[in-house]
Amino acid sequence: MSGTTRRLLIIAAAIGLATFFLVTNGINYGLDLKGGMYLALEVADPQGTMTAEARRDATDQALDVIRNRIDQFGVSERNIQKYGDDRIIVELPGIQDEERAKDIIKQTALLEFQHVLPTTQVEGVLPRIDAAILRAKPELATAADTSTRPAQPSALDLLFQRQQDSAAAARADTAQADTAGAQPPVSTRPEDRPLSSLLNQGPGAGEFLVAVENVDRINQYLSIPEVQRLLPRNTVLRWGRTPQGQGAQLFRSLYVLEEQPFMLGTAIEDALPGKDPQYNKTIVTFELNRRGGRTFGKETAAHIGDRIAIVLDKNVVSAPNVISQITTNGQIEMGAAPMTEARDLALVLRSGSLPAEINILEQRSVGPTLGNDSIQQGKMAGIIGIILILGIMIGYYRMAGVFACIALFVYVLIVLGGLSAFNAAFTAPGIAGFLLSIGMGVDGNVLIFERIREELQAGKNNRAAVDAGFQNAMGAIIDTHLTTLITALILYNFGTGPVQGFAVTLSVGIIASFFSAVFVTRTLFLLYINRRSPTEPISI
Amino acid sequence: MIKIFQNTNYDFIGKRRITLIACLAVLAFAVVPGLVNLTAGRGFFNWGVDFAGGILTQVRFTQPTDEAELREIIEPIAPGSQISRFGQENEFLVRAPLMGENTTEAVEQIRQALRARYNESFIIERTEAVGPKVGSELQTRAILAVLLSFAATLIYLAFRLEWTFGFAGIVATIVDLLFTMGVLAALRLEFSLTTIAALLTIIGYSLNDKIVIFDRIRENMRASRQRGEFPALVNRSINETIPRTVMTGGSVMAVLLVLFLLGGVAISDFALIMFLGVVAGTISSMFVAPAVLLWVRERVGKSKTKETTARPARVAV
Repeated sequence: MSGTTRRLLIIAAAIGLATFFLVTNGINYGLDLKGGMYLALEVADPQGTMTAEARRDATDQALDVIRNRIDQFGVSERNIQKYGDDRIIVELPGIQDEERAKDIIKQTALLEFQHVLPTTQVEGVLPRIDAAILRAKPELATAADTSTRPAQPSALDLLFQRQQDSAAAARADTAQADTAGAQPPVSTRPEDRPLSSLLNQGPGAGEFLVAVENVDRINQYLSIPEVQRLLPRNTVLRWGRTPQGQGAQLFRSLYVLEEQPFMLGTAIEDALPGKDPQYNKTIVTFELNRRGGRTFGKETAAHIGDRIAIVLDKNVVSAPNVISQITTNGQIEMGAAPMTEARDLALVLRSGSLPAEINILEQRSVGPTLGNDSIQQGKMAGIIGIILILGIMIGYYRMAGVFACIALFVYVLIVLGGLSAFNAAFTAPGIAGFLLSIGMGVDGNVLIFERIREELQAGKNNRAAVDAGFQNAMGAIIDTHLTTLITALILYNFGTGPVQGFAVTLSVGIIASFFSAVFVTRTLFLLYINRRSPTEPISI
Repeated sequence: MIKIFQNTNYDFIGKRRITLIACLAVLAFAVVPGLVNLTAGRGFFNWGVDFAGGILTQVRFTQPTDEAELREIIEPIAPGSQISRFGQENEFLVRAPLMGENTTEAVEQIRQALRARYNESFIIERTEAVGPKVGSELQTRAILAVLLSFAATLIYLAFRLEWTFGFAGIVATIVDLLFTMGVLAALRLEFSLTTIAALLTIIGYSLNDKIVIFDRIRENMRASRQRGEFPALVNRSINETIPRTVMTGGSVMAVLLVLFLLGGVAISDFALIMFLGVVAGTISSMFVAPAVLLWVRERVGKSKTKETTARPARVAV
């Protein structure tokens, strides 16, 4: 009797523990069930030149920056972790605006402060660049001819003539005069000037305007190595971030910049979004650290009247004129951009830049309604399945079947409690693992009951038959459970996300199944047999 | 007390030739539909984005729309997309190939195109974007995991019973797996990560089922010290475990059938695969696994010592 009391105490303790964890931790659903976004990221290495160590370091840095950004973005229960040596897994439950979250994560946020150079810096070499393009890619030039409707360039030129200041026009003239003697002779036919025919003098110094439909073509031209070589030293061309309107036509600015930035965004200590009250423009104000402030002060003092470009990820966000010396506080004008954009920019500036570009290797996201539907369907299916099993077991094994059902309830409780104790998430493949372990638990009971029946048939008395039944079935139960547990552990170690989810529930399920099928059922049998006379037939 | 299949004496292993032919038929069946599809240029399986790479979006509209209209919007930005109805009314699955280097580029483009046409009257319920690198990695890791788990089972059973048992169990499980995968290929069910979970579950169940019978064989081998005919002993063991095989298999099949019928779109495919696997697993436990076991032991017995004298020593745990 004391034996059964001890057994009952152990069962009660298991149930109590499981209930405790279940109540305090609750069931932790995976992203596929509760909704959210899963991303697998990798530090990009397009040339394949990074050493394994460099990759690891870059990944670690990126991990910190991304964690920082997500935390500032504010997602509860986010999970950001390294996977393997060079992968980052980001899990954001319940995220609504996927695009925005991805932008925040992906943005390299490399901020550079560069001096703007006068357009004359490149105008001198434009004829030679045009010639180089024609030499390198004659087919590109023809393509340009066919798609550039002949009437359009002149119309564009007219449009710009209006706002082009005379000084700039004069500059352009002198530039043409300078190169007139050089090879090849300057032609006025647009097909002979694949690049320069697409550039229009911009509103400010050091700025061309380009019709948005020509942006891709210019990028193609600029990617030709020979063209790159022809650009003057320490000079680089960068696009403006957002297109600007000019009537119905949209243009993007192409800035001529000093290649070497004089300061980097690492000097930024704090950044805040805001509105410029005077012009109602979106701005981000930033504060530089001491050293950055000194550099900024020196550079702005030396360049009063010139433009400084604030370049984010190789795109010019704004290029203000320096009116007076600026030290620690500056601002980035974003024109009519929405406030969210300013908030996000301030966020990435605060949290620092990524060491390299980030590639998204995998994205999985599930909306909250679908996740909820899946949970409901899964619950429904589980309940129907369990009721069916209960019916079959009680119908066939009678009283013993009732024991099996009680054991099954204990089993379900322990699995759920175990999962919440380990903080393991319940995923859709996890449900499969759960089902398999339910099957094994039931199988364990079937094995035992069939054995008891055999022993009874062989003429043993109740007590002896029950003992022998449990003993003889034990071999098969241990073998099946152990092999499945080994498999589950291997799947956990070598599988990826979803397979791991399966493995976790399966492992927890197997242990619970062994406990409930063997220990709980046996205890119930002992209680049952102890209460009746040895000769009275047992219900099995 | 209800009793089924008690004290039966069916001959499971006498007709091993039929079993062999059936196995070969299963093999042929497993390969033919896939090969037909392969020659038709559609891939052996209907690989989902998890393995093939690509993107999948499940979109629900709050206003009526149809496939043709969606195709008109999506085809220009993601050529080669497949659009199909899914579950409820006004709910669609869009499968699109990857665009360039950025795995999620197509996702955003489709979202923008939909927004341009439908404003906010649609909800993207689910997005899966898998780059080629991840797809092939998932595939190799899943295969590696399965092979390793087979190896571990073989080692465990070699210790616990004898390696021939492990071998027979794994061969029979592979037959089950091939059968299930053949049906998958024939029905063009999507091969996704959930499918992998289902196949893993089948492997687990099927091995389990075989081990129960093997355990009975071992027990009977121990009990009967006299040099009984091994095939007869195997046959007796199968017969003795029939009630358990039928009860467990039957309960599991019943549950899976209910899940298949009532489970909804997400679960029914999974339940169908599992059901097929469990049916195959149950049959092969009684026919294939014992037949393979006998065959291996005959082979080994011939080349080494007489099987009956060699056995008891090896059986010890």
